[in-house]
Amino acid sequence: MIRVWAIFKREFMGYFNSLVAYFFLVLFFLAVNMIFIRLSFFQTRVANMKDYFEFFKMAMWLFLPAITMKMWAEEKKMGTLELLMTMPVKDGEAVLGKFMASLGFLALALVLSFLTIPVAIEMAGDPDWGPIIGGYLGLLLLGATLISIGLAISSMTENQFIAFILTSIITLVLMACYELSQLTPLPSWLSTFIMFIDAGEHYTNFSRGIIDSRDLIYYLSIIGLALFLNYRAVTSRRWK
Amino acid sequence: MIEVEGISKSFGVVKAVDDVSFKVGKGEVVGFVGPNGAGKSTVMRILTCYLPPDAGEAKIAGLDVFDDSLEVRSKIGYLPENAPLYLDMEVDDFLDYVASIRGMKGQEKTEAIGRVIAQTGLADVLKKRIGELSKGYRQRVGLAQALIHDPEILILDEPTSGLDPIQIKNFRGMIRDLAKDKTIILSTHILSEVEAACESVIMINRGRIVARGNVESLKSKSARRNFHLMLARGPREKIESSLKTLDDVKGFTLLGEESGLLRYEVEARDGVALGEQLYRLAADGQFSLAELKRDEVDLEGVFAELVAGDEEFLAQRRKERELAEAEENEVGSDGDEDEEEETDED
Repeated sequence: MIRVWAIFKREFMGYFNSLVAYFFLVLFFLAVNMIFIRLSFFQTRVANMKDYFEFFKMAMWLFLPAITMKMWAEEKKMGTLELLMTMPVKDGEAVLGKFMASLGFLALALVLSFLTIPVAIEMAGDPDWGPIIGGYLGLLLLGATLISIGLAISSMTENQFIAFILTSIITLVLMACYELSQLTPLPSWLSTFIMFIDAGEHYTNFSRGIIDSRDLIYYLSIIGLALFLNYRAVTSRRWK
Repeated sequence: MIEVEGISKSFGVVKAVDDVSFKVGKGEVVGFVGPNGAGKSTVMRILTCYLPPDAGEAKIAGLDVFDDSLEVRSKIGYLPENAPLYLDMEVDDFLDYVASIRGMKGQEKTEAIGRVIAQTGLADVLKKRIGELSKGYRQRVGLAQALIHDPEILILDEPTSGLDPIQIKNFRGMIRDLAKDKTIILSTHILSEVEAACESVIMINRGRIVARGNVESLKSKSARRNFHLMLARGPREKIESSLKTLDDVKGFTLLGEESGLLRYEVEARDGVALGEQLYRLAADGQFSLAELKRDEVDLEGVFAELVAGDEEFLAQRRKERELAEAEENEVGSDGDEDEEEETDED
């Protein structure tokens, strides 16, 4: 555990070693909060955050691939993976440490967001806290899903840019496949299936303040699968 | 300490390491030499558990590098080729990170970090980002991370490549200090480096070991060992006829004449030292002897013989030597300045 913590700490602090982290946090909040306040909050005059969460989801799709793209790809390119993997670290510990670091960064973004918008809404009106708490939990789970996919893809390439593009495409498909499938008539069983696959659809319940075990299991399974693929990719160099 | 038994490793169709076996005893300092692409790095990666061998086995302190990987890794300090480091980290943060990963904490960690800073002379750059450091300092940071857990075994892949001659000298000094109580394998393609730092040598070419032994015994294997250079005065016929009387002389060639002195290259039968017999000829009044010496052999000569016909290698050596000479001339004039610049950077 001490090693997972060491890797977590390095990677998490690493985000702040470059300007990228600050840039993203600022841009992220400016964009999401401005759009929300300008377009939604004052227009509808409703004290809920449904629209805000929609913007947040979009922003996560744009921004999370950028924080996961370099996690493995850069280590491979710079050769530091050899340094890391010749120290007494289990492959799984490295995978976990990096996942936690990205998740920690997302959690920081969520906390900062929570301290601005919901608190402001509380002061302005009388919001229903159920959907807000549920919405944040859902964002955390959806974000963790995107992160785990991003990390898995990063572990399979040396090129950060490819990792970014591939992650964006795959997560877009995962988050919007139901909407896309509505464009053409499909048999209802297929439509139901696609709806089940769609990561965005599973978010709907959370934003209504409902925590359904099926949604939880869905997100946790995808995270587990992606982390497993990540682990296998890291271990693959040791296959005989 | 290190036992390697018939390891092979291929990448696609390229056989990088082909049935390599060797042993390294405790406290030994072994130089791993061979041209670029000979398979040195691959062997080191197998020893450090980064890559598994396709066949054969490697044991470190009795532990298998594949089956007891974590334990082996905790016994080894490894500096990979080109010293890959996290360029965005500050030196002290990086050492702290490595120490944590190595399972140290609290007082133990502080002490270990302090020790390697002193050992590798990093005190001046602790607060700098590794990316800002010169190649020489990066190499020291790389060595510092390899030493942080005071390992029994050090594996250094081309530790001096890319350094200037002064940095190389400093680095060799550090290695010599470490050699007192550690088993060290270091690879290089610069043979003179092995002579300077190592007790024994493993020569590797195209994935195979071509020679193994201490520096002296390898030199004595060289065919050049049988050649003597003689500078003599006297009538040519007399010198040559007297040489022919010696059974141990296999042949000789007249290399040239300098102000009445004749320079001969005399080849002896295998392993025989001709010195005494040649002196006796001179003492008998056959000719007068101005100079007599056994031909010097260096490791490069030995290596070139071992991989004889490997034109690629020889051409590369020539190019490197020219480069090294050019660099040396340069550094001779402004080397000190360079050192200063390094520490004053930022």
